Amino acid sequence: MKFYALSGHPNKPCSVLRFKQCTIMLDCGLDETTMLNFLPLPLVPSRRLASLPTWTPKEQPQVEGELRECAGKVFIDSPPEFCPPQTSLIDFSEVDAILVSNYTSMLALPFIVAERGFRGTVYATEPTLHIGRLCMDELLYHMEQTPRAQHAQHWKRLLHLLPAPLCHAYKPKLWRQLYSADAIADAVRRVHTVGYGEKMDVFGALRVMPSSSGYCLGSANWTISSEYEKIVYVNGSSTLTTHPKQLEQAQLRGARVLILNGLTQVPSYNPDDMIGAFCAKVAHTLKGGGNVLVPCCPSGIVYDLIECLAPYLDQQSLSQVPLFFVSPVAEHSLAYSNILAEWLSHNKQVRVYLPEEPFPHGQLVAGGRLRPYKNLQADGFSAEFRQPCVVFAGHPSLRFGDTVHFMELWGGNAANAVIFTSPDFPYLECLAPYQPLAMNYYFTPIDTSLYFSQANKLIRDLKPQALLTPAQYASPVQRSECQLEADCPVLTYRRGDVLTLPVRRAHQRLQLSAELSERLSPVPVGPGVAAATVTGLLHVQDNRHRLDVAPTPASEAASLQELTEARPRYHTYGAVHVPELLQRLTQHDINDAKVEEGPNGVIVHLQEEDTLIQIDASSTHIICGGDETLRCKLRDTLLHCLNKF
Amino acid sequence: MPEIKVTPLGAGQDVGRSCILVSIGGKNIMLDCGMHMGHNDERRFPDFSYIADGSLTEHLDCVIISHFHLDHCGALPFMTEMVGYSGPIYMTYPTKAIAPILLEDMRKVAVERKGESSTSFFTSQMVKECMKKVTAVNLHQTVQVDSEIEIKAYYAGHVLGAAMFHVRVGDQSVVYTGDYNMTPDRHLGAAWIDKCCPDLLITESTYATTIRDSKRCRERDILKKVHECVERGGKVLIPVFALGRAQELCILLESYWERTNLKVPVYFSLGLTEKANNYYKMFITWTNQKIKKTFVERNMFEFKHIKPFDKSYMENPGPMVVFASPGMLHAGLSLNIFKRWAPDEKNMLIMPGYCVVGTVGHKVLNGAKKVEFENPRTVVDVRMAVEYMSFSAHADAKGIMQLIQYCQPKNVMLVHGDAEKMVFLKSKIQQELSLDCFNPANGETCTIVTKPTIAADVSLSLLKRDLQPVAEIGDLRVKRRKLLHGVLMVKGNKVRVLDSDAACAELGVTRHEIRFTSTVTLEDPGPVSRTIDKLHTHLQKRLGITQHLGDGPINIGSVLLQVSGSDQEDLKEAIVSWTYQDDALGSYILNSIKNIDR
Repeated sequence: MKFYALSGHPNKPCSVLRFKQCTIMLDCGLDETTMLNFLPLPLVPSRRLASLPTWTPKEQPQVEGELRECAGKVFIDSPPEFCPPQTSLIDFSEVDAILVSNYTSMLALPFIVAERGFRGTVYATEPTLHIGRLCMDELLYHMEQTPRAQHAQHWKRLLHLLPAPLCHAYKPKLWRQLYSADAIADAVRRVHTVGYGEKMDVFGALRVMPSSSGYCLGSANWTISSEYEKIVYVNGSSTLTTHPKQLEQAQLRGARVLILNGLTQVPSYNPDDMIGAFCAKVAHTLKGGGNVLVPCCPSGIVYDLIECLAPYLDQQSLSQVPLFFVSPVAEHSLAYSNILAEWLSHNKQVRVYLPEEPFPHGQLVAGGRLRPYKNLQADGFSAEFRQPCVVFAGHPSLRFGDTVHFMELWGGNAANAVIFTSPDFPYLECLAPYQPLAMNYYFTPIDTSLYFSQANKLIRDLKPQALLTPAQYASPVQRSECQLEADCPVLTYRRGDVLTLPVRRAHQRLQLSAELSERLSPVPVGPGVAAATVTGLLHVQDNRHRLDVAPTPASEAASLQELTEARPRYHTYGAVHVPELLQRLTQHDINDAKVEEGPNGVIVHLQEEDTLIQIDASSTHIICGGDETLRCKLRDTLLHCLNKF
Repeated sequence: MPEIKVTPLGAGQDVGRSCILVSIGGKNIMLDCGMHMGHNDERRFPDFSYIADGSLTEHLDCVIISHFHLDHCGALPFMTEMVGYSGPIYMTYPTKAIAPILLEDMRKVAVERKGESSTSFFTSQMVKECMKKVTAVNLHQTVQVDSEIEIKAYYAGHVLGAAMFHVRVGDQSVVYTGDYNMTPDRHLGAAWIDKCCPDLLITESTYATTIRDSKRCRERDILKKVHECVERGGKVLIPVFALGRAQELCILLESYWERTNLKVPVYFSLGLTEKANNYYKMFITWTNQKIKKTFVERNMFEFKHIKPFDKSYMENPGPMVVFASPGMLHAGLSLNIFKRWAPDEKNMLIMPGYCVVGTVGHKVLNGAKKVEFENPRTVVDVRMAVEYMSFSAHADAKGIMQLIQYCQPKNVMLVHGDAEKMVFLKSKIQQELSLDCFNPANGETCTIVTKPTIAADVSLSLLKRDLQPVAEIGDLRVKRRKLLHGVLMVKGNKVRVLDSDAACAELGVTRHEIRFTSTVTLEDPGPVSRTIDKLHTHLQKRLGITQHLGDGPINIGSVLLQVSGSDQEDLKEAIVSWTYQDDALGSYILNSIKNIDR
């Protein structure tokens, strides 16, 4: 079993497993942090951004205009680019299946599917597909809102001349521009939706099955198993109770290898405290007459934020403050969340039986409290827009989308605040191209993924035979609370690694046909064990092995092949009981047997038949003339006197 | 021989009160737990005493409910709360959401309107307690009921959340279809199942003899009739169940009213409607693709033209169309409206679904011109036009055959249909698909014998050895068939196939080798080497061996052939030696050289 690591980001994983001639890709996460090296793309031309000084390394005029400096840092003035999964390790046309664990780990899917010759099936749950698609659509929409004719390329060749952190960028020549709408549609077409506990067959050789991981709507851990081997892939799991269905552990136990990814990115922040802090910061800012910008993804934590914030503001007598949710997919996201009851936590599911909508945001929208808008130009937005207000908008990196507009609009006023809740991006780097900044900024990251201590407990519960994790989790980092511990061997990987996993196949399941099964009657050989000689014709179809009754060869037209393949019905073992043999021979009118001592046993001499039977502890040799009738008679008599199965 | 035993407690050669007991692999499973709408006495519930005298929980391993129609789940609270059952119950998410509403509604009708004593019927609290015992399942989810029973739900299309269930115990399995529909309609998709090859398929057969005409024709038909009736000032009553067909008909009428700009009011009996539509909204993933795709922009279950109905409207003059529940005219609002409107020949009754024997709906459909009622004792003349529209979403004969072909069962059993119609379908299945087909009556037990197969673990080394496509014998390359030869070992419940040596080693026994050496005297003057050549040429002809061996012995597989004697003697001795494992080949060669001169 081989493992190929195509991504080095533990929370945006992409790896490939090769086993039993199947090639299975585990997630296709997109590393978006590369975006932070780029300048924001404003919806309306920004004089501030346009007037930033350009930065040119000495004597490299072709880079002129590609780089600009803001508050001592250098940025690329171009539409942002992404770092897709490594393409050199594996031929994507060989990928049979892609297992997606949640919508945050599928944004690179259009890149993979667009690879030459890709013909695999993508397995994802229905919410993962819907929400993943919403996220991709949003990315694309934002990017298309701010088209640029020129893409900066020259800087990539002069990496060594650039200041930090640009000079440390990982292989920027591999970075790609975002995919097209067609690529998204192609990727979505490849997806086969599955439910928790649904076993999918991969060429008869393996079965893959998702089970709830508790992280977000439709998030899943995957079990990849044959009859004998089980690999468990855990990415982005949560043991907290928020809105998604709870983590299910039963299926994950006792794996040969547990692949563990996607632990918390902010181990020192408690999500419960952070959501309280978030509400408090919002209320504080609003009371000071300021506006609040919450950069966020269009699904996920934003549901919990809205659900907690609305009643909190009511308590603080701030119920008149409007909550705007600006995203091209805002309406879809809110609507979908309310129709996915099967994928929700128990408490939310119970509401559906009443029947009430599982999330309160339907009510909040109906009551005019929460207002979803496609974008800032959408009908009614300018009329409804009043300050102070809270705006939930994308993209959380502050590099494109409506957040850029609000940062430019509100950044100069110290009463306003931007509150970061996404753990995916370092907030100071997000803010860097907006410096100097008068507005307040807070960081209340909410990451419901497993803590290291929770992960360690999970590993103890699941008892895998080996653990495979990104190198970051096992290296002795600064703090002990950020380290994984396991009783079993721990394997680690970095981007580009190819590992051989400690799984060796020894057996295959063989189905004996009803007809063959009927003919077998195992004989007891020792206590509690029975055995029978079996000969059958092997059929292999769809990697399933079936044994059927072998056709009996026609004796006349025997071919060499049939003759060499023919096997007797029995295996004989143990020693011959000589007196019994002699007694049985008399039944066949052979009365003149003379027993002599031989070198290792006895020799039975049949004088009349001119035949010798040499009997040892573990072998018998019948030496006779050409009379087949006699030989067969002797053979069968001998078989009677031997143990056999 | 292992067997599967099936006993219908209801729905055996009958429609209504679906309840089928299956004994499979030592497990007892109940499929559906319905009530009969045509009876008001103890016949309405299945006879649970048949299952066990003592506790049902001890005897039954699980209960599976296919969908929320009362003839499939109506007896569930009675069984769990009054008879007593606390084992696992499975149904899909929408069924779990909607079934309690219908149960409660039916309970109210029975207890409050018909004045049944509340002691013989379950209470609201019992419905709630019963639903707490239910585990909701998703489509295609493999649910492990216990260490042996595995169930999996497939989409059945019939109503929101309707499912077919595949039940597997060991290597035996049964598929129960519940009610299903093989053609997609305005709000639901078509039933689908994979090729799961169960030992038995238990299918409904409501429309066993019907081949329904195209969906479009039926739709045009009903719309034309409704339109004609309201144009001449008549009132149209459409009895429906609040959930299911009602939604499809509403979507149909809504779009027709929109298109033709009709102003005649359309009402839907209040109460369940709004709630029902809410369920459809929240379980939209269970409807069809088109509704799913457009639901954000336009919710198909919000109607512009269809208004809530108030009892007082019954007396309003002028034309109107009313959807009222229940669908079989056996109680409640639809029956009240019927009594009021039936005597007027301008009016029309459209029955869009199947009616079980004993209901007013069934009587009227069979042409009854007078219907008698008790307390108060009245007789209602039926002058209104009565139309039957085969609109209920059941598979027709073609659909049933199609499903059988999808899932490839080894046996078929028909339930939920009329006895005579079953006979027709049964012979069709036997003739066209050559499958054994059963249609037991209620209380009659069918035994289906299944052939056991053995699943064994085979070592990869043995497989690789025996799967090698080419084996070499001497210099000769023989294409080998995939013949596997080994030892089956049974230890506890572990079954393995090993190669002989490994098996003997593990069993701790020493093999006893048997060798044969037979000597034949041949008359063949000349050098020994010539005799060997002669024998070789002979065997070459018979067996197709190609290699020339020179002076040495001839090796064919493990069979050794030598010639002894001297070049000067006429008589030579051919000695053939082989092991018991190669008995067939050795014996063949021996016989072959004995007959060399013939």
